Amino acid sequence: MPDHASVGWIDIIVILAYLSITAYLGWLGYRGTRSAADFLIGGRSAHPIIMAVSYGATFISTAAIVGFGGVAGLFGMSLLWLTFLNIGVGILIAFIVLGEPTRRLGHHLGAHTFPELLGLRYQSRAIQIFAGALIFLFMPLYAAAVMTGGSVFAATQFGLDFEVALLIFALITAAYVIPGGIKAVMYTDTFQGLVMVLAMLFLLVFTYSSLGGVTEAHRALAEMQDMVPAPLAQIGHQGWTRMPAFGWGAPRYDLWWTVITAIILGVGIGVLAQPQLVVRFMTVRSRRELDRAVPIGAVFILLMTGTPFLVGSLANAWFAQHGPPLHGKLVQVLDPEKDHALVELMQKTDSGAWSAILNPKTQTPATAALIVTERQESEDVQGSRLELVGGRSSVVTYVKGDADKIIPTFIATALPHWFGAIFFLALLAAAMSTLSSQFHTIGTAAGRDLYERIAVKGQPREPSIRVMRLAILVGLFIAVTISYSVRQEYVIARFTAIFFGLCAASFLPAYLGGLFSRRVTKAGALASMTVGLLVSLFWLLLVKSKEAGAIGLVQLVTGGKTSILADHPNWPAVDPIVIALPAAFLTLILVSAFTRPPDEEHLQRCFPETR
Amino acid sequence: MLGLDDPFVLAAYLGIIALAVLSILYGLIRRNAARDEITEEDRQWALEEKKVDDEI
Repeated sequence: MPDHASVGWIDIIVILAYLSITAYLGWLGYRGTRSAADFLIGGRSAHPIIMAVSYGATFISTAAIVGFGGVAGLFGMSLLWLTFLNIGVGILIAFIVLGEPTRRLGHHLGAHTFPELLGLRYQSRAIQIFAGALIFLFMPLYAAAVMTGGSVFAATQFGLDFEVALLIFALITAAYVIPGGIKAVMYTDTFQGLVMVLAMLFLLVFTYSSLGGVTEAHRALAEMQDMVPAPLAQIGHQGWTRMPAFGWGAPRYDLWWTVITAIILGVGIGVLAQPQLVVRFMTVRSRRELDRAVPIGAVFILLMTGTPFLVGSLANAWFAQHGPPLHGKLVQVLDPEKDHALVELMQKTDSGAWSAILNPKTQTPATAALIVTERQESEDVQGSRLELVGGRSSVVTYVKGDADKIIPTFIATALPHWFGAIFFLALLAAAMSTLSSQFHTIGTAAGRDLYERIAVKGQPREPSIRVMRLAILVGLFIAVTISYSVRQEYVIARFTAIFFGLCAASFLPAYLGGLFSRRVTKAGALASMTVGLLVSLFWLLLVKSKEAGAIGLVQLVTGGKTSILADHPNWPAVDPIVIALPAAFLTLILVSAFTRPPDEEHLQRCFPETR
Repeated sequence: MLGLDDPFVLAAYLGIIALAVLSILYGLIRRNAARDEITEEDRQWALEEKKVDDEI
């Protein structure tokens, strides 16, 4: 789509400068204080900016920026509710309510991984192994989302094939996470976080100013309400500045259930039970440090998610005003006053005649809504006269409905090329800080929570570095394979939502119960985790049509349908978290009520403060 | 207001700004409110964490 996609000398210089600074900071950190643990050992306090930005950089990745930003481009500004939860739940509740109890419990029990925290709290090797296995098996899905986001951007920005971009991205990731980058070098994380902040600020200001200011930009987007593509309008899309239609029992409400339950709740709540984020609280020195990190964390998340969600939505207005002209045959006038029209898209052939552009899925002429700017008499390839209309459309038309390409295409088309290189670095920073913590978590899950815990002849095994490294390599290979093979509708956001939802349903009840209740039992926690996981998997395999349809098992069971509840709208659009999380909480409460509570001595060790 | 007609979208737009402001106020008010001391247990935990980190 962008006509200036290439790698220039400026791009190479900017990227090399960035990598050199990162390497230098990493080397500096390697020699001295580098991680949160070093700060603690030294008895010093990490600056709240370092703590908050490093947490935020682990949280935010290309999945949020490219994946969810693209979803906002498709579905509109309702995605801002995810930013609301990201700040309200991911920062305020996480830091203020969960941070200090997690830190204290982790230190009292000597836990260093999330599965270990759960295992020690409930005195259960099975719980630790269960959690470690779940992380090892499913974290690569989330890592794949992050890698796809970076690769789609690099492919669009530098005019590469997706496969080539993915290979390069995988090599950079391997070089970063295998030799030393995997160590939590907080200065490097902070530098990367600051690059991300500056890039987002520029992007936000540029987008609003190029559309005439905040109110004007929103108004322009609101006026495109009738230009929503028909397939989206049929499932409840009411315009990019409006919430999807709410209701139950008809396909026209599907989008509301998709946006609210999968995109917003799944990720918004799921963040509380993200293993790589929970362990961050244990590396904090004190409650005071957590309190001080709240403002910076909130502003960081506001910029990192609010900006792409706004820019993704506003990209529709930008392309409708400044995008490359499109042409087509008039099908229907949508709004005569605004000159909005539905056209069958056409392209000029070498002979100068116009031929229809076919929709690759349906092999019928592709249609799109245009803001008409020109009309002319012309002729098609059959030699028939036609009234050719020209104009511009929403970004959704330009990316052919592929949400993952919306942010990359907007950056490559609308912004100066030098900014594309900077933004790529911001994305690389976002990806690397998240990927390093993901692979660190995969490594420790395999080594510490699985290998060491799975006893041989009743004896736990000695720590094995080789197992951890091997697990990281296997995880990387799986993530790249998934990223290479699965390219479907807004797959980045969906993979992220699946992983966050699985973590929430499987871990959240047991985690919260472990922090705040003396009555929750080992059996209750294990049963809750099992129910959360099984209900989620059942829903993903057989009910939620997008995922179940892609996996394929449900078609075998139902004889071709994409959900066992296909005849009961809107169930196939509902995310597993809506069913699995309450089921897991209920299981925790019920099973704990009927099983023997933990012994007082152990509880005293967990909560010595409440003597 | 702000060119946003849908009250739920407007609420989200203003809500994220309000939450960020609330977070800033929280940080300012609680700046020195909580205790800040490192116990021997914290230090032992950090030493073990460093060992795990270094091993990888």
